[in-house]
Amino acid sequence: MADQDFRTCPTTGLKVHLPAENLIKANAVAAVVLLLIGGIAALGVALTRWPAVHLLPADWFYRMLTLHGLAMLIAWIIFFEIAGLYLGASVLLSARLAAPKVGWLAFVLMVVGVLLIAAMVLTGQADVLFTSYPPLQAHPLYYLGVILFAVGALIGCFIFFATLYKARKEGTYPHQSFPLVTFGLACAAMIAVVTLLHGAAIYIPTLLWSLGLMGMDPSAYRLVFWGLGHPSQQINVAAMISVWYLLGTLTVGMKPINQKLCRTAFVLYVLFINVASEHHILVDPVFSNAHKIWNTGYVMHLAVLASMIHALAVPAGIEVALRKKGYTSGLFEWLKKAPWSNPAFSALMLSIFGFGFMGGITGVTFGTEQVNITAHNTWRITGHFHATVVFGTTLAFMGVTYYVLPLIFRREVLGMSWAKLQPWFFGIGMMLVSGGMMLAGAYGIPRRHWDIVNFGGSPFAFTWDPTVFMWLGVFGIGALLAAVGGAIYILVTVGTILFGKKLA
Amino acid sequence: MSISVPDKVWWKPIDKEEKIWFALALIWMLASFFWMPVYHYIGKQNPSSESYKVTREQFEKSATDFIQKYQVKDANGAPVFMNNVAVVHPPAGGDAYLVAKAWAWDPVLELEKGKTYRIHLSSLDFQHGLSIYPLNINYMAIPGQDYVITMTPTTSGEFPILCNEFCGIGHHTMVGKIIVK
Repeated sequence: MADQDFRTCPTTGLKVHLPAENLIKANAVAAVVLLLIGGIAALGVALTRWPAVHLLPADWFYRMLTLHGLAMLIAWIIFFEIAGLYLGASVLLSARLAAPKVGWLAFVLMVVGVLLIAAMVLTGQADVLFTSYPPLQAHPLYYLGVILFAVGALIGCFIFFATLYKARKEGTYPHQSFPLVTFGLACAAMIAVVTLLHGAAIYIPTLLWSLGLMGMDPSAYRLVFWGLGHPSQQINVAAMISVWYLLGTLTVGMKPINQKLCRTAFVLYVLFINVASEHHILVDPVFSNAHKIWNTGYVMHLAVLASMIHALAVPAGIEVALRKKGYTSGLFEWLKKAPWSNPAFSALMLSIFGFGFMGGITGVTFGTEQVNITAHNTWRITGHFHATVVFGTTLAFMGVTYYVLPLIFRREVLGMSWAKLQPWFFGIGMMLVSGGMMLAGAYGIPRRHWDIVNFGGSPFAFTWDPTVFMWLGVFGIGALLAAVGGAIYILVTVGTILFGKKLA
Repeated sequence: MSISVPDKVWWKPIDKEEKIWFALALIWMLASFFWMPVYHYIGKQNPSSESYKVTREQFEKSATDFIQKYQVKDANGAPVFMNNVAVVHPPAGGDAYLVAKAWAWDPVLELEKGKTYRIHLSSLDFQHGLSIYPLNINYMAIPGQDYVITMTPTTSGEFPILCNEFCGIGHHTMVGKIIVK
């Protein structure tokens, strides 16, 4: 082992492989840049859907909505996860990253993919929204961009697996058991491989269809697309819960209560969560009820069982760790004396609340056959996944950034007093956004709709129950708070990387 | 620690508290799992799974024939339109067609309270979403599929319908109506 490729981290004692560190930095920076782009688009979309403002014209609203979905749901999160995979395999195991040059190739493919997507969307050649349901058609380069991004991400996953294999062979860690965080990330990467193969199965035919080389059945597209669309969120779930365990350890020194149960829960995700994607097509023609019930009932609930295990294990682990610090008086002293001024800790707790209570419970409910009739394509769905992916996953990733900056970028976090407020702005903002969306959606407010007041002047226009406008106002105020939280995050991150005090 | 390699033997017995939690969660999940199919048989509001492959031309022809045959006539025998869309009174208990196209619902269906209809839903172009307000009932209209939804209106009144699947730049203008008498 050539030691000049490694440095020893003064805080954790881990040996950090420098080429891995550079790749982690590159992917993390790309993630933050895309968060900024997606965030600007988000603000445009939110201020248009809030009827009191109604900012953008129709064409730019749908364009910004397409960009927002792709920049956030795909680009920001997957770039961050690739950085996380390299960290989990290389840094946590003190191992050499397998084939860093191939890692750079993957990075370039992903960047080129994102640039193609953004160029097509911003020039108005891909007004198809995130789902690009045929027969709506985008420019072939749009589909090519998605494919290039996915291939890059797939290569990233294989580098992760190769690194695990190499670390095991070289014996960089004792007795062949991964740390829990690495184990969870490995599960996320396995789900990612299956998901990205679904992506290939749908985007390659769609690219050929856009070139006029083959036909495309809209129903078949929906089935295979959601084999990509929902499981890609399950990558986020597994990665986010790994980050919860990571943050629990970093902020309060938490230990998993029972490694056996936590790890079994991750395995349940791999086995079951990938299959449960048909709740998107419960009110579709073509597929039989038996097919839909099997998929959304049996399989999904075994995956939810895994989430229930983590729902006890993570908070209980935090409580045990804090009680060990001596906060044992009464039932809640540990919670009161928890390090709330540490932005990583407040982000962790808010993320647990948002994902579990707002996102998870609503998701399971809306995936029920009968409830889905009243929820499908309404704003309830949008509210659900903003609670999971934004309030949950994005906030957890923001929290872990406050450790990535000093430990990987080796810079002292700049503007810590602002950073302390950041999770609260973002978390409370997203709580209002998700809650406002779900409650307005319960009245039938549709998702992806430019004008719920005048319907673009349609003679059939009608008026909603006035309660709807209160929830739309709650949503709008929440969106502004979340935007402030997002802006602080980006200013602190970019400021620290550029101007933060260098650490040894 | 979650970030360090665990003890050599980490396959340890589970604590009582976690066992109780796990058991409760498992029971809850099993109950949810059984309840969904059970409710499918005892409940009265389930998604339809009756659908037929159809070409756009076939569906358009069936719908046009249906509209011509059952369009409502006024006192002078002239066909009735609402905002230039035909108002159609299908036979009670029979088949009715609802066409989704960019960016309109065609026709305006006039149904009778308490009668059961087989509504044929499909799209002539893009994917559309049928959303009936204020009941908040939502179904997909997919080109190439004749989706048959069996429906018995129980309340009279006018029910706006809107599109809730993105179908192009005029998506938000796609509003229509179902009337129940």
